Amino acid sequence: MSKVLVIAEQRDGRLKRSTFELVGASAAAGNETHVALLGEGVAGLAQELAHYGAKKVHLAENAGLKFYTSEAYSKILFPLIQSLSPSVILASHTPTGRDLMPRLAAKLGVGLASDCTQLTFEGDQIKVRRPVYAGKATVEVEFLGSGPRVATFRQNALGIPKPDTSKTAEISTTSVDLGTLATRVIEVVKGNSARPDVTEASIVISGGRSLKNAENFKILEDTADVIGAAVGASRAAVDAGFRPHRDQVGQTGKVVSPSLYIACGISGAIQHLAGMRTSKVIVAINTDPEAPIFQLADYGLVGDLFAIIPLLREELKKIKEH
Amino acid sequence: MNIYVCIKQVPDTETKIKLNADQNGIDTTGIKWIVSPYDELAIEEALRLRDKNPGSTATVVSAGPVRVVEAMRTALAMGADSAIHVDLPESADNNWVAKSIAGALKKESKFDVIFTGKEAIDDGAAQVSQLVAEYLGIPSVTVVLGTEYLPSGVRCKREIEGGSFEMVEASFPLLIAAQKGLNEPRYASLPNIMKAKKKEVKTLKPSDVGTSEADQKIRYKNFQLPPPKQAGKKISGDPAAQAKELVRLLHEEAKVV
Repeated sequence: MSKVLVIAEQRDGRLKRSTFELVGASAAAGNETHVALLGEGVAGLAQELAHYGAKKVHLAENAGLKFYTSEAYSKILFPLIQSLSPSVILASHTPTGRDLMPRLAAKLGVGLASDCTQLTFEGDQIKVRRPVYAGKATVEVEFLGSGPRVATFRQNALGIPKPDTSKTAEISTTSVDLGTLATRVIEVVKGNSARPDVTEASIVISGGRSLKNAENFKILEDTADVIGAAVGASRAAVDAGFRPHRDQVGQTGKVVSPSLYIACGISGAIQHLAGMRTSKVIVAINTDPEAPIFQLADYGLVGDLFAIIPLLREELKKIKEH
Repeated sequence: MNIYVCIKQVPDTETKIKLNADQNGIDTTGIKWIVSPYDELAIEEALRLRDKNPGSTATVVSAGPVRVVEAMRTALAMGADSAIHVDLPESADNNWVAKSIAGALKKESKFDVIFTGKEAIDDGAAQVSQLVAEYLGIPSVTVVLGTEYLPSGVRCKREIEGGSFEMVEASFPLLIAAQKGLNEPRYASLPNIMKAKKKEVKTLKPSDVGTSEADQKIRYKNFQLPPPKQAGKKISGDPAAQAKELVRLLHEEAKVV
């Protein structure tokens, strides 16, 4: 058992699911689980962390923490970590976590294992594995020297436990003095998509060049909306201008790990497979029975996606209505 | 302005990864090495900023084994003015690399803007950019899709999740990590490839930049290839039968919908 600090993440008044994964994994291993929760007007979120196993929530609230900057967050977290002295610090490999944690680790004089997909606790140490070459191989990360073990985790890699709403956590309010800052967020411009991000979604439906044009992605979007899925794309589809780069799944795009990945009209170039290989269940729909994607698929459908997808949408609707 | 761009040499995305005999690294035999794609955007941004500010220089920096000089020649052929190579072993981690690059930059007369890619496509750790900034004590903005240069700093369009973005302002000197969409990197012309061969590449040892093996904080070991997947189920029939059977299996067997 060890003292673990999870760096919570919230946006628009909601905690990220990936924060629950980390809190849950730590608590399930019997650790004394602390959570740092930073933001403006976020006190109401603290008890939700308890439902996943947080023992104590360290709350820092300030207008200067409304939007994340590494500078402001570090000014709160560094002294908190020094006084708490956890043996393990966990964060999510999200736009916030990946930006923040290298700087925080350097301030602590320790290394960082980023984008890990496996975690086990061994005494006050952790054992982690992470993909390299975008998943073409995996490695164990050995921490050298002493100090807290710091790691970030890929979203959806650890899974979310069932919450226990009877649990409560102790809340400690951390004082905030941000001083002058060299970086500031002027504004946040919301994306127009109501769908989840490909890295966050538990289901991703992706399309390749076989979709033929940008308009045809609507059949994937309509199906995605039935099951709350994100819509992704292969590099070929992005290069052809069918989708923006932010939706690209692969080594030069996003690396995803959903519970279900449906590849439509994607042949399975090595750099695409690297980006979705760790998905728990993979479905491939392709006219070419020899397409490499079928070697990775748990369920393979040889056929025309334009015929299959609309029918798939109707079948999914039936399931959802039950 | 003194502009710097940090790059990494990585295996081409089409590379099939094989492990070495000790399973403590990959077999690099026959690998085609390229400049990490996000770093090309960083190079392009550095060149554009230099050309907009007469009297500026763009210097490319890379830390790693001697092969990385080849990647820096590509940056020089694209138009960078000179290069600094810090000679580090293949196994150096993000921390040692970043501290060495920061050490090399501290030896320069001054630095105004440092560009990097948002991550390298081999390790994919997305650490070195922020670590370089941390060791230099300057702000960093990562995953940048657009830049607007102000008298005292830069306003950056930073990608966050779900197609949203933030407008972030940071003051000089600062580090900017480029995301795809920032620009379209140029190709090197043949005359510029020839010219690049004559440009200066300075090589520094770890001791020159104040680092040593003690700056290595993590090590990768026990490399594994992904386990081969069991052959999946083929679902046949007409499209209606395929769709129905797929949803049944996803619901009843895989339990994911």
